[in-house]
Amino acid sequence: MAEYLPPTSEQEFHANFAQLKPRMNNTEALYESSRCLFCFDAPCIKACPTGIDIPQFIRQINTGNVTGAARTIYEANYFGNACGKVCPTEVLCEGACVYNLQDVKPIEIGRLQSFATRQVVESHKYLFEPGQPNGRKVVIIGAGPAGISCACELRALGYEVDIFEAKSQPSGLTVHGVAPYKITNEEVLAEMDYLQAQFGYRVQYNSPICSRPDLLALEEAYDAIFLGIGLGKTNALLLPGEERENCVGAVEFIEQLRREHHQILVGRKVIVLGGGNTAMDAASESARLGAEDVILAYRRGKDDMGAYEFEYDLAKSVGVKGLFNVAPVEIVGNGRVAGVRFIRTATVDGQVQALPGSEFVEPCDMVIKATGQAKQTSFLSLIPGLQLDGKGRIVADAHTYQTTNPQYFTSGDALNGGAEVVNAAAEAKVAARGIHHYLSAR
Amino acid sequence: MPDLSINFAGIKSPNPFWLASAPPTNSGYQVMKAFDAGWGGAVWKTLGVPVVNVSSRYGGVNYRDKRLVGFNNIELISDRPLIDNLREIEEVKKHFPHHAVIASLMVQSREEWHQIMRDVTSAGADGVELNFGCPHGMCERGMGSAVGQEPDVLRTIVEWVMEVAQIPVIVKLTPNITDITEPARAARLGGADAISLINTIQSIVGVDLDQFAPYPIVDGKGTNGGYCGPAVKPIALNMVKNCAQDPYVQLPISGIGGIENWRDAVEHILLGASSVQVCTAAMHFGFGIIREMTAGLEQYMTEKGFHTIYDMVGKALPNVKHWEDLNLKYKVTANIHEDKCIGCQLCYTACEDGAHQAIGLREGTRVPEIIEENCVGCNLCSLVCPVENCITMERTDDGTEHLTWKERTLAGTIPTDFNDERAGGLHHWVPEPTAALGKEKHKTLPGKARQLGTPASVVNDLVRKE
Repeated sequence: MAEYLPPTSEQEFHANFAQLKPRMNNTEALYESSRCLFCFDAPCIKACPTGIDIPQFIRQINTGNVTGAARTIYEANYFGNACGKVCPTEVLCEGACVYNLQDVKPIEIGRLQSFATRQVVESHKYLFEPGQPNGRKVVIIGAGPAGISCACELRALGYEVDIFEAKSQPSGLTVHGVAPYKITNEEVLAEMDYLQAQFGYRVQYNSPICSRPDLLALEEAYDAIFLGIGLGKTNALLLPGEERENCVGAVEFIEQLRREHHQILVGRKVIVLGGGNTAMDAASESARLGAEDVILAYRRGKDDMGAYEFEYDLAKSVGVKGLFNVAPVEIVGNGRVAGVRFIRTATVDGQVQALPGSEFVEPCDMVIKATGQAKQTSFLSLIPGLQLDGKGRIVADAHTYQTTNPQYFTSGDALNGGAEVVNAAAEAKVAARGIHHYLSAR
Repeated sequence: MPDLSINFAGIKSPNPFWLASAPPTNSGYQVMKAFDAGWGGAVWKTLGVPVVNVSSRYGGVNYRDKRLVGFNNIELISDRPLIDNLREIEEVKKHFPHHAVIASLMVQSREEWHQIMRDVTSAGADGVELNFGCPHGMCERGMGSAVGQEPDVLRTIVEWVMEVAQIPVIVKLTPNITDITEPARAARLGGADAISLINTIQSIVGVDLDQFAPYPIVDGKGTNGGYCGPAVKPIALNMVKNCAQDPYVQLPISGIGGIENWRDAVEHILLGASSVQVCTAAMHFGFGIIREMTAGLEQYMTEKGFHTIYDMVGKALPNVKHWEDLNLKYKVTANIHEDKCIGCQLCYTACEDGAHQAIGLREGTRVPEIIEENCVGCNLCSLVCPVENCITMERTDDGTEHLTWKERTLAGTIPTDFNDERAGGLHHWVPEPTAALGKEKHKTLPGKARQLGTPASVVNDLVRKE
């Protein structure tokens, strides 16, 4: 029996995808902020990729200076509200909270963070403004966490900034790739509006940059170019039957889910292939869409999964079942997906080995491939002198994120190969400083 | 089962817990409800010529998420006609003949004192408490703390009362005075049977940051009030002790101030109180708190082998000394139990900034370490540590030596000039002042945002360079 009935309305969708980190009310924020010990050299700060001064903003909330708290957060991280909700706080700030060592519940830092930021976002209380114009122009490709963060920082430094975005909305995977129970579309986009209203960068939506002439025009018109392009489509499995109807990529599935909500169709029995966080999300989401059975199939053991433990726990809590040490060999069916042929595996000396003769077919009517996103190598090959590493990540200076083509800088998934929103936000700030340093020295 | 009953200067009560004269004892209804809940006695809301009160009467002090660690009021004495109060006192005594009903009184002339003494006595009150403590409103009219602050006047009024008193007379003292024993002695000289303390402390409980007015605000204005609640207990304990130790007071003491549980009550009793009065806690949590108080007191007395309250009254007094009588040879040193430490480093920063730089940090661990030669045994680290028994203070002297300041004074071995070789801190290591600059600034002002600097500061830096 499924935990969830298929949602048939927007209301039911939001019930099935209720926020994991709901908004705190004033009383809860007071109680929670009161618990913070104000550690010296606090471990939570060190665990935050953007280094938000967490004890400071919690103390500000506690003393009734919520606007000041929001400023502390946004000074470090332009995606302050989104990160409060979508960050894996369990392994970052909250995981580092000293209360864990006392077997006391850690401070709910993420929720306190969003408590403060939402107040300024919703009240349109602006904290920043563009710097004195310095006459220089930077173009940003991609309005995701990296691109928007870089744009904010560059505007504060006095640059004119244009962003080209292939899709119709800003924030990238924050709105298209994060599970809906972590943050709603409205909340993501409200923060984006809030940032743009303060910093005044220009964004052109539905404007993919994809050819050499496109790039050439930018190279000539702008002093520097920031690549915030993220990753591409889900990697192909190169298995027979992969083209069958209802065999979809996780990234594409989640994007459609975020766009269409309850109108998306999910199978009655779904097999999710993969062991990363995206696989956990896709599995949880299938269950919350009312799939009767959701199986998470991974080619290694449970403990080898790349996903955070709490993400697997979350999937299990909505009825997802794990199927470990199996590798898919074929998507079976007749036009439509009817099952996955697996072969059992064993991991010997770190290598996955198929066990001959152990093949079996697990029936299903939907397959979601959460087997990683492709790198945008063909697009990147259009940039002269731009080097990629062996894994297809852009090579860049560790202190400035300047690429091997000095006019280009980068951050986010295109640089780190795929990480959290918070990593992109942190790197983009550094990259903006790198651009500033580079252009100021010219 | 220990016996909780008391006989306080002739006032009998089934237990030592009385409601103080205040809003919870404003009516017979409240007092009956309190007795029914388990309170032993009640000091009736002060009777006199009825007043007119303002609306908006109380203000609170909150600490973080804890409400009312301090409380203040600008309410005056009873605003109900005397005759109604007398009738209700009579009715309460009919229902509760073995509980203590004490009438708090505040009037001006000798004739008024005589009249009201006769009235409450015939209404059946077991005793009276003379309110010489109220520090707001009434004192401006020459009553309340205005009396308590003038020992001669206080004594005169007590003498007036004693001229007609047929029931025990308690004098309630104000803490708004330099030496509490002076009015206490005056009460004794005037013939009072007992004293009670402390009344509220004159206070401004807070200021509204938008209206620029003190709380509680009455139509945009405010006035000083009387402060009470958990935060005043230490002040009350010290004054109770002062009166209990004074050889010229020697009266039963009803302890008041910051009592909200059995522990607070026991502390008052150990310092000399033989009844205790409660107000703020009852106003905050209702009369039901009495169940925890009596149960806790019984449990404590059973564990300690005390049969009656009087087995414990003043038991801590012999250990309360003047500073000059404390042993200068006694040494304790902080000890961090590493297995319990959670690495908050509050002890480190507290000692570093607020004490004697006797705690260090080490590479590779967040557990701080005590620098024993610098530790003066001040207790600060153990007080700020959020983990129970993680930092303990361990005795390091061998317990064989005893030398006090008084003894050193007599022996002529105390420091006497400004740069005396015998200065206690002379050979104690103190870092050079400039070693403070920049030290751990990256830790006390943490965060990458600060390390990067604000965009504006970066732009300004470049402008300066150019």
